[in-house]
Parts: sequence; structure tokens; C-alpha cells
Amino acid sequence: MIEIEIDGQKVEAEPGSMIIEAADKVGIKIPRFCYHKKLSVAANCRMCLVAVEKSRKPLPACATPITDGMVVKTRTAEALAAQKAVMEFLLINHPLDCPICDQGGECELQDVAMGYGKDVSRFTEGKRVIKDKNLGSLIATDMTRCILCTRCVRFGEEIAGIVEMGVTGRGEASEVGTYVEEHLISEVSGNIIDLCPVGALTSKPFRFKARAWELNQHTSIAPHDPLGANIYIHTRNGDVMRVVPKECESINETWASDRDRFSYTGLNAEDRLLKPMVKAHGEWQECDWSLALSTVHKQLENIHQHCGEDRIAAVVSPNLSSEELYLAQKYLRGLESHYIEHRLQQVDPQFIPTPLLARERQASIAEVEDMDAIFLVGCDIQREVPLLGLRVRKASLQGANILSLNPLDFHFNFEQKAQCIVSMQTFLFALAVWIQSELKAEELKEWPVLDQLIKQDVDYCGHPDERALIQAQIESIRKVFVAGRQKLIIMGALAINDPQASLIQQALLWLAERYDAKLIFLLAGANQHGAVLAGAMPEQAMSIVDLWHAKLPAYLLVNVEPELDCTHPALALKALHDASCVVVMTAFVTEKMLEYADVLLPIAPFSEYAGTLVNLEGKRQAFNAAVHPQGEARPAWKIFRVLGQLAQMPGFDYDTWTEITPDIPTEASKAPLSSLTERYRLPQRQAGLQLLPYWPLYRSDPLVRRADPLQRCALSADPVIALHPETAAHYGFKANEAVSWQQEGHVATLIVKTDPSLSLDTVYWPMGFSETACWGALAPLVLERMRALEENE
Amino acid sequence: MRSLKEIVKSFMLWELLVGLKLTGRYVLSKKITIQYPEETTPISPRFRGLHALRRYPNGEERCIACKLCEAVCPALAITIESAPREDGSRRTTRYDIDLFKCIYCGFCEESCPVDSIVETHWSQYHFEHRGENIMTKPMLLAIGDRYEAEIAKARAEDAPYR
Repeated sequence: MIEIEIDGQKVEAEPGSMIIEAADKVGIKIPRFCYHKKLSVAANCRMCLVAVEKSRKPLPACATPITDGMVVKTRTAEALAAQKAVMEFLLINHPLDCPICDQGGECELQDVAMGYGKDVSRFTEGKRVIKDKNLGSLIATDMTRCILCTRCVRFGEEIAGIVEMGVTGRGEASEVGTYVEEHLISEVSGNIIDLCPVGALTSKPFRFKARAWELNQHTSIAPHDPLGANIYIHTRNGDVMRVVPKECESINETWASDRDRFSYTGLNAEDRLLKPMVKAHGEWQECDWSLALSTVHKQLENIHQHCGEDRIAAVVSPNLSSEELYLAQKYLRGLESHYIEHRLQQVDPQFIPTPLLARERQASIAEVEDMDAIFLVGCDIQREVPLLGLRVRKASLQGANILSLNPLDFHFNFEQKAQCIVSMQTFLFALAVWIQSELKAEELKEWPVLDQLIKQDVDYCGHPDERALIQAQIESIRKVFVAGRQKLIIMGALAINDPQASLIQQALLWLAERYDAKLIFLLAGANQHGAVLAGAMPEQAMSIVDLWHAKLPAYLLVNVEPELDCTHPALALKALHDASCVVVMTAFVTEKMLEYADVLLPIAPFSEYAGTLVNLEGKRQAFNAAVHPQGEARPAWKIFRVLGQLAQMPGFDYDTWTEITPDIPTEASKAPLSSLTERYRLPQRQAGLQLLPYWPLYRSDPLVRRADPLQRCALSADPVIALHPETAAHYGFKANEAVSWQQEGHVATLIVKTDPSLSLDTVYWPMGFSETACWGALAPLVLERMRALEENE
Repeated sequence: MRSLKEIVKSFMLWELLVGLKLTGRYVLSKKITIQYPEETTPISPRFRGLHALRRYPNGEERCIACKLCEAVCPALAITIESAPREDGSRRTTRYDIDLFKCIYCGFCEESCPVDSIVETHWSQYHFEHRGENIMTKPMLLAIGDRYEAEIAKARAEDAPYR
């Protein structure tokens, strides 16, 4: 630490840090545009010129490293004259159209101009005009307002890995834009809206909707991914107007992902449910809460009494608050059923949820960037948890080696040292090869499954050539991984949702133990961690597929659209159609819901109630209601409270949600899981095409699917299936061809795309679309060319 | 002597004559009574009466929904909602002034960067039903269209002093 003096104030700062950082630390304001603490120093706006003793001319505070005993003056006549002169130059080409600019009222240029600008411009020549760029459905541009600070360009290059943006031209002709006319393809592109100090880049969905001074700010937590990003919800007259990130260095730094930022646009979707509805004689009728709740109570009580225990299942969204999940399971267990499930996408019931694992192995979010080696397993980190992807990229830029075992090459925005692209079925073999190289033969006996994989079941891993290739790739991954000091293994959704998830998990746990590596399991949803703590899962090892197979008389769905949110959608729909009572608590109604449901209860989405969410590192964070629930919608916990009271169950007399929180266990009981050795069986290898379902970034939950700007943006997926070109050729498909697909009587016609980054025999299948919600089992796939099918008919 | 003078004065109705002198002066002088409503007093170009929203000569509405008038209004009488119009320009979708709340301070006019919201010289209006006190955007535009000539003249007269 060295000491400098700024405006007569002694400041201690790290050697090598810049004057502006030291000044910020003690709250001395130096005007700036291009400087941002998370970005590299560009020093091109020159607004932060300050007087430094023994320097003949003013120096830019953002690019001048401090030296011991330096004396800085930010408000001397010399410094102020320099700052005012810079301001005058910046305003030369700025259109000064503040009245129609969305940034007006929260504009850095406006604020600084109040202090340093002249009221009359001496510039009488014509101003420069720049054509607006079309950056897609999320970001509106008014490039004439740009002051060329290049924050957006640097964000793209340094943080998000978007190389599309840059400055073209020289001098007066220089302008910021995309080199090639195209939309921005990034899952965090919205951050350039916050970064832009002027109104050149503004939010398109928020365009001209409200002024900064009209908005009320409410703290909240993003409800879409397990990161638990801190956000502010801005409201006006009881309407959510926009969402912006709240700085939280240990979680989301200063960023927000586009999904968190723009999902609010789905809140007022046309199919929002505003009143309770019951189906009477096949007709839907709106009714009041007392009738709806007594109907639910009577029907469930009836089934409970006549059919016995474990005849009612609840399928709950992992995005609900811990309090809601806790009351939901309490109510269901009060009805003597433990069939409550929040793991909508997982098929392997043996997969151990994170809270049941050793705490010390779990990495915190902030730790990720300090890692030397990160091994991604079945993980599209950029599109699963975008902000964690930024941390991994940061680690990569700091020299970490990123390795991956994936069913396809995701073309991440960071460099990968080594990767192994194999189909999901071969994952276990790949990991077994790794473990084998570390173990002696007798030790391997403790791993009957791996032993079997390697020794006996040669057929399991296909062609010998392929085996050799995998072995070579895994060896190169192993070498790099072992060399790292700080190691991290991240298991992503593709692996977690795989039928062999628990075996993959066991292998990874073993590797973590062996190499003293940290672990992150990227469970879907904002609150899976909290759901496990709240007990929103069955006591036996059973998955959601077993719930659908059980053909129960009653299902209770909370904030779930099973045909889009759950694995095996056709199976789910069949079970719901066959059930005699289906109660749906939802914020939005779908057509399918009107078919299978008996009672619809409107619940409040995340902006309209308060509760707590537990993120992937186990941190419990509270979020607040930003607006009142619309219509007659109520928070789900209040509905469960009334249902519990109607059923005269004990422990439902809560007045506020804060009374529920202390009742939720903070440590999960580890009892429900059976011992590890006995329960593992090697799953049957399936020949032919393998279905690999995945949830695209913007199809992940009901709210996101209704966010129109996200659906129209460049990253939004289409309901098309993808095959490797060789696989497509093998089965006789051409790219962009309509292919009919059959499984257990379900037929669907989908467009086929070819993608050479996929592994062989993998059918990359997007979920969350009604078009693709048609498979019901992991039975072999039959794909047929559309024309051939038509000829047969 | 003094009391004698008083007695004579009182018999001659002196005070009455003094009073009638004033009356007589006004009977003969120029009349200032105006025949309202046929006649009105002249009003200043700065008079702040009923509000209006103006248009440009090509018929385009001036208001750009910057909401400065809403922000500056001390009585919170103005309510604005805005959205992009089909051509992408920033426009109001709602512009209401509650005349019961309005205190006719003229701040809205002062704050308007495009001289859109103005207070006309028109002060003779009344409401018969509750709710009529809310001036909506079409009403304000209609007033603007109707009095545009007067509004423009008043602005021109006042311009040298601004």
C-alpha cells in the first residue's frame, strides 16, 4: 500500500492502481465516461483529467498509476479548465435531444454537463449524424448520441466475448457499430445498455415507456437460474417497467443476463390468469376464491379418504420461493402423500442433490474465477447460467485451462484447452477410462459398474477406433486438469438430466475427492437447492417419470406447464388426462391446461410476492414484492396456508411469509438416499439414434417463454432438431428437411438441421416448444423422411 | 361664528353638493364599464387560461412525451403515458390534465422544450358533470387547433421578453 494525496486528503491504495480508483475509494468524484471498474482502461474520453503536482499538464486519472507521495488536485483551475474544455468537445457532436432520449434523467453526460458544460455552444457547424444500427429485439440504438467511449466495445471483447462490435472509421467518421450488419448474439448483451453513459444504447422493450424519475426501485432476486443474481425491479404506478442489475460482487458482479433483465416482459402476457376458475360439467367458469379453494379441498380430501395414502402428487416449479415449496410439501404430507417433485427435467432419481453433498467440496460463485483448471461435464455453461459462464470466461482469460466432456461442441466464448465430444451414453466410459488410469486393478473392484464398463462390456463404447480416440482425448484432459492447482468440476444440465446422471455424479465426486477439486452442480431453476432443504422431493428414490407412470388420481401442479417444463411431456400429458382431479396453480393458462385441469388458481409471479431463494452455493437471499398481485392472484404460499387450514392440519397458522422461513431446515437430512454401492446398475445401451433433450435458454420457464423480446432475439431457439451431418447422411436426411418422427404412437414432423459440432447418433432435441413436446419415453427413436411417410399414406 | 357657518352649510345641503360633485364628474367622464360577455377586457399575452396542445404547421403534434411538464407540475395535475408510435417516434398515448388540480401556474408551458403545452387566453369554461374536468389529449389538441392563431400571436408578442 502506498499513500497519495488527493484534494488534500490522504489516500492509501494498492501500488499500480490508478488515481481514479484511489479517488473512488474515498468518495472523491472525478467525472468520467470511458472508465468503468470492470473494463480495461481506454482513456479515450479525457474527461477525468486532473492536475498532478510536478506534471506540466493535466493527466487522465483513469490511466495514471499512482506513485508514492503523489499529490493530485481534481478541482484546481487548471483541472477544471481541462475538464470543461473536454466537455465542450464531447457536446460538439452530441445531438442534445434529451427530451426524447430514454437516458434523460439518468444520463452520465447530462449529469456531468450540469457541472462542466457551458450553457451556450460555440459550435456553429453542422453536427455529425450516424445511421442507427439494428442490434436485435433487445437493444435500441441512437448512434448519433454516441460519444465514442467504447465501453460497449470493451464489454463485448473483454467480458462477453462478442467480437461483433467495434469502432470503424477515423476521426469525425469514427462510429461504434457491428462490423457486419447483424444482431448481437450474446446471452448478456443487455449489459451494454447499463454501460452506455449516454442514450446511444437503450433498452428496446422499455423504449419511451417511462422516465427514470418516475420509477420506484425494489430489490429482488432473478428467478430463472440458480445463480441468484441480485436485481432491481423498477415499477411505475404498480406496473413493472424494467429490471436492472444490482451490484453484488460475490454473485453477479455488476451484470445481469438478458433472461433476467427482459423476462419481466412476459408478466403481462395475454394468457395471464387473473381469477380462480373451476370446471363444472366440462365448462370453465370464473369463481371466487372461497369456492375454488373449497372445491380443491373437497376433491383432494375425497381422494385422500377413498384412495388412501400416496395417491396425490404435487409437481412444483423449482423457481418457487422456499416458503412456497415448504408449505406445498407440508400440505401434501398432511394428505399422507410424499409424492412431491421439483426436479422436472431429471430422470435419474439416484442423482444426489447438491445440499446433500459435502459442503466443503462446493465452490462458491466468486471462487470460479480463481480456478486454474475447470472441467465442464455435459454443460453448456453459457446458456445454462450465463453469468457463471462469464466467471468461467474470466478464469480462462486469467490463464485457467477449461476442459470439457460434452455431447456437442458448444463453441463457448472462451478457449478450451482440450475437449472430448461424445454422445451422452459414452460419458460413463470416458470417465471410467479416466478413473481406470488412476486406480489399480484391485481398487477398481470397488467400482463394479466401471469395472464392468471397461473390462466386459466392450460393446458399450462402440467401435475400437472410437474407444482409442476417447482414451486419447481423456488422457489429454486429465493431464491438463491434474496440472492445475485450484480445480473445479462443473456438471451441467445435460449430464444431470441424463438417465445415467447418478453414475456420472459418482465418478465426478470420486475425481473431486482424488484431486481435491471443488464441485458445482448446475441444477435447473432458481431454487432447487431451497427445494431440497424445504423437503419438496419424495423420500424414496423416484423421479418425476415414476410420478407420471404411477397413474395417480390427483395431481397438483404449481407454476408448471408439464408439456413444456417436464421431461417426457407426452407421458405427463397422458397421466394428467387420465387423472380424475388436476389442480393447477399458475400465473398463465395454456390451452393444454384447460383440457386436463379441473381447477385453476391464479398465483403471483416473482415480482408480486416476497420470499427467499437459495442459490447454487447455498446462499439464502430474500426478494421483495415490487408490485401488488394482479387481478385476484395470490402468492402460492397463501393458497397452501388456506388449504392447510381448511384441512385442519396443524402448523399452517402463519401470518406472514417471514414466519415460515425459520421453520425450513437449513441442512438437508441425508437419510432418504439408499447406500451407494447397491443401487447402481449399468443402464441398457440403446442402439441407433439417441434423444438428447435440452431446454434452450429462452424456453426455460413459463415466464421466459412469454417474454416476447427474448423470443424474437437472435439467441432464441427454433423448434428444430439437430443431427450430425454424418448421422443425417447415414439415415438419409438432408439439412432443412421435414422429418417425421415416431415413438410409441406419437408422431411429429420437425425440421432437421445438421450441425457438425454434435456427436454422432445424437438427436439434439429442444424442449419447451409445443411442437417438440411429443415424446413420452426413452424408447428407441424412429425418424422417417417426410416424403416417404406421405407416400406410404 | 364657526357654529353659524355650520348651520348655514347644513341648510344649504352643502355636503350633498360636495358628494354630487364627484357623481357629476363621473357622469360626464368617459365610461369604463364593459358589456361582458359581449365585450371583454384586454388580456396580457402572458395570460394563463385553459390549456392546449399545439401542432406544427404541417399538422404534426408537437408533444414528444418528454414528461418535463408532468415532472414540474406542482399540483400533480398532469398524467402522461408514452410509447413509440408506428413510425418509431416518441409520442404520448395519454395526456391528461385535471383542471380541478391545476393551479394555472404556467410551469408546464415554461418547461416544454417544444412549445407544445401552452395556456391559452381562454378562461371562460365550465363543467356540468364530474369527469369533465379531465382534459384528455384529443380535447387539448382540439383547443390548440381552434386557438392556434391567437396562441401564435401571443407567443410572438411575448418573445422579445423571453
